[in-house]
Amino acid sequence: MKEMNRVLDHYNSKVYKNRKEHMVAVGNNDNNNEILANVRTIPGIITQRGCCYAGCKGVVLGPIKDAFIITHGPIGCAYYSWGTRRHKAKKGEGEDNYLQYCFSTDLQESDIVFGGEKKLKQSIEEAMDLFHPHTIFICSTCPVGLIGDDIHAVAKWAEKEYGIKCIAFSCEGYKGVSQSAGHHIANNQLMKYVIGEGDREITNKYSLNLLGEYNIGGDGWEVERLLKRIGYEVISTFTGGSSMDDLKNSHQANLSLVQCHRSINYIAELIETKYGIPWMKINFIGVEGTIKSLRDIAKYFNDPALTARTEAVIADELDFIEQDIEYYKSKLKGKTAAIYVGGSRAHHYQFLLNDFGVRTILAGYEFGHREEYEGREVLPFIKPDADSKNIESITVEPDPKKYHLYLSEEDINKLKEEKLIGYYGGMVKDMKNGTYMVDDLNHFETEEFLKILKPDIFFSGIKDKFVAQKAGVLSRQLHSYDYSGPYSCFRGAVNFARDIAMGIYTPAWSYVKAPWKAAPILEGTVGGEEAC
Amino acid sequence: MRQVAIYGKGGIGKSTTTQNLTAGLGEMGKNIMIVGCDPKADSTRLILGGLAQKTVLDTLREEGEDIDLELIMKRGFADIRCVESGGPEPGVGCAGRGIITSINLLEQLGAYTDDLDYVFYDVLGDVVCGGFAMPIREGKAQEIYIVASGEMMALYAANNISKGIQKYASTGGVRLGGIICNSRKVDGEAELVAAFAKELGSQMIHFVPRDNMVQRAEINKKTVIDYDPTANQADEYRALAQKIDGNDMFVIPKPMKQERLEELLMEHGILDI
Repeated sequence: MKEMNRVLDHYNSKVYKNRKEHMVAVGNNDNNNEILANVRTIPGIITQRGCCYAGCKGVVLGPIKDAFIITHGPIGCAYYSWGTRRHKAKKGEGEDNYLQYCFSTDLQESDIVFGGEKKLKQSIEEAMDLFHPHTIFICSTCPVGLIGDDIHAVAKWAEKEYGIKCIAFSCEGYKGVSQSAGHHIANNQLMKYVIGEGDREITNKYSLNLLGEYNIGGDGWEVERLLKRIGYEVISTFTGGSSMDDLKNSHQANLSLVQCHRSINYIAELIETKYGIPWMKINFIGVEGTIKSLRDIAKYFNDPALTARTEAVIADELDFIEQDIEYYKSKLKGKTAAIYVGGSRAHHYQFLLNDFGVRTILAGYEFGHREEYEGREVLPFIKPDADSKNIESITVEPDPKKYHLYLSEEDINKLKEEKLIGYYGGMVKDMKNGTYMVDDLNHFETEEFLKILKPDIFFSGIKDKFVAQKAGVLSRQLHSYDYSGPYSCFRGAVNFARDIAMGIYTPAWSYVKAPWKAAPILEGTVGGEEAC
Repeated sequence: MRQVAIYGKGGIGKSTTTQNLTAGLGEMGKNIMIVGCDPKADSTRLILGGLAQKTVLDTLREEGEDIDLELIMKRGFADIRCVESGGPEPGVGCAGRGIITSINLLEQLGAYTDDLDYVFYDVLGDVVCGGFAMPIREGKAQEIYIVASGEMMALYAANNISKGIQKYASTGGVRLGGIICNSRKVDGEAELVAAFAKELGSQMIHFVPRDNMVQRAEINKKTVIDYDPTANQADEYRALAQKIDGNDMFVIPKPMKQERLEELLMEHGILDI
């Protein structure tokens, strides 16, 4: 509490009042750890949040390997979202993979004045001539929203003209308060135009969708390897490494697993309503988290053979990493960490750090909503504001042909009561008293908290990691894993520990002293007298 | 060089008034350029005798950056130089951005020569976005005339435009030179518009009566002074030109609140009709 106030005290009263609601001293407050989230950042504050386009194109759509994504707008947005997120994919037999490419309509001044639709059509024509994609996504950026190009009409034109699938996403950057709005827009369109269209034959009844896994640094591959070993079939991963065909067949699974709740919960719920597939919040980050998730999934399918297989695989995987875990635990135990990332990762990585005895003393999300902090039980109490109402909320009806239940309704309700499915408890329940939750942590607060709390490691993203490093604090990116990974499941945990131990035991940044801290770097005179 | 912007409600007769007025100034021997800031590109047809030259933006689109000024600037009646900014077809793109682009381009091409006495900007309808305020921003038009009539909506629009002028007056130094009443033969029109202008802190600079001569000249693609120099209406435009040339009343307008505007209209009996 004291530390939090020391940071807040720097603010003027108006900012203080706002930011105070975004900070929670866990277990040390009188409003049940309630936090303010998913609201506008105060102008002037250096936020680390992204935009709607980043959430739609960058996060949710970007990893789909055979969708040809055209960024409709001036070139900057396309260029700076090109290959920065390390979502990997393998090109299968006869499949396309456009992940290494960057496509944009590169709007110029005269396109803004006269409208960009013509150029968009031209780009689609070029794309068809050169690449022959079966799917094109159009993602619009800010100026397109201002001049009102009808990208949805162009998408319809392209479908008719070329007999392909073409989906338009009005994900102009200014929409919503963070990238969260973009996730929602991407979810809506995938639900409307993709999911449910496939007719691949699925024979394995232990069939899964892995939702909210974007295969950063190969995370999704490791999860899939593990699930396959046990005997599951992963029909689709949303969206890491998936093809359009995978996504189209996701309605055939018997259970949806949700890794990143924030970015994909819309699809998880809509799939349940329309196709009868329940969703389960799992977490494959951290050894204990992975074990619990695997056991939960086995419990849902409720087959003794599958359960036995699950235990055998867990034992084998543990055996494989045991020595490494012990070694890194000895190196990392007792260290402290601050995590500021994502809308789910700041929760997940606390499990992994915990595996190695690292305590998380500060955690926050860039774009999480209250339910990611406090759990879905707060959902009925969140009042929708103008910003969230601005994004369409779609509803679906059960599909008469494709609706299917793996468990009886009675069993499903029982599991729901147990909170095994259809529930996410948020991060606060896994945080110890005396720690801090801070939403939309900004540049200033990052510097202050680092000074006051002195964590050994600060986990964040590319925008804020250098703030920490220049302060001499080790920083690792949890958006892109700094060119490393995978960090998921059993073996990923070892990769993660190795990277952290490397950083902690080579504290290069703390040895660097800024030249101006030791001696003046400017010399000058004021009024003819020597100043310094 | 005096740079003048003409604003007013759509259809009030801005282009007609601007061209007839500039014809009057031209007759006085002034060097004038008209910059049409309307995507319809019809602000200079009376001066040019119907010849629609290529618009700045069309040329920019087709020729790229390397543009010859002669291509987009044509001289018409009284050697008045005419430029049309142009813009997208209705419903697409951004006409406001087009005006910004085109005025910047004119500056780069050196269209604003020192021998010019007047540059007139004929701007489309209301000031709907930043682009249409371009002519009154820093370093462009310093004086504005609003064309209005005694009709209620025309005065609403004029009041609204005054709000825009007020905003830019503090930063760009733009001032309101007066209200030009383009008569619609409404009862008590001259008194109402004069009272309205006074309330804004400005003046009704001239009352232009309604005369079919204007339409006759327009059909012949000419200004009145060009079509029939002896007509009464030609003298009205000459008088307007004289008054503007000699005008020294430039104010920051004080736009009215809605209630006050309606009160004013009631005082002059317009609501009784």
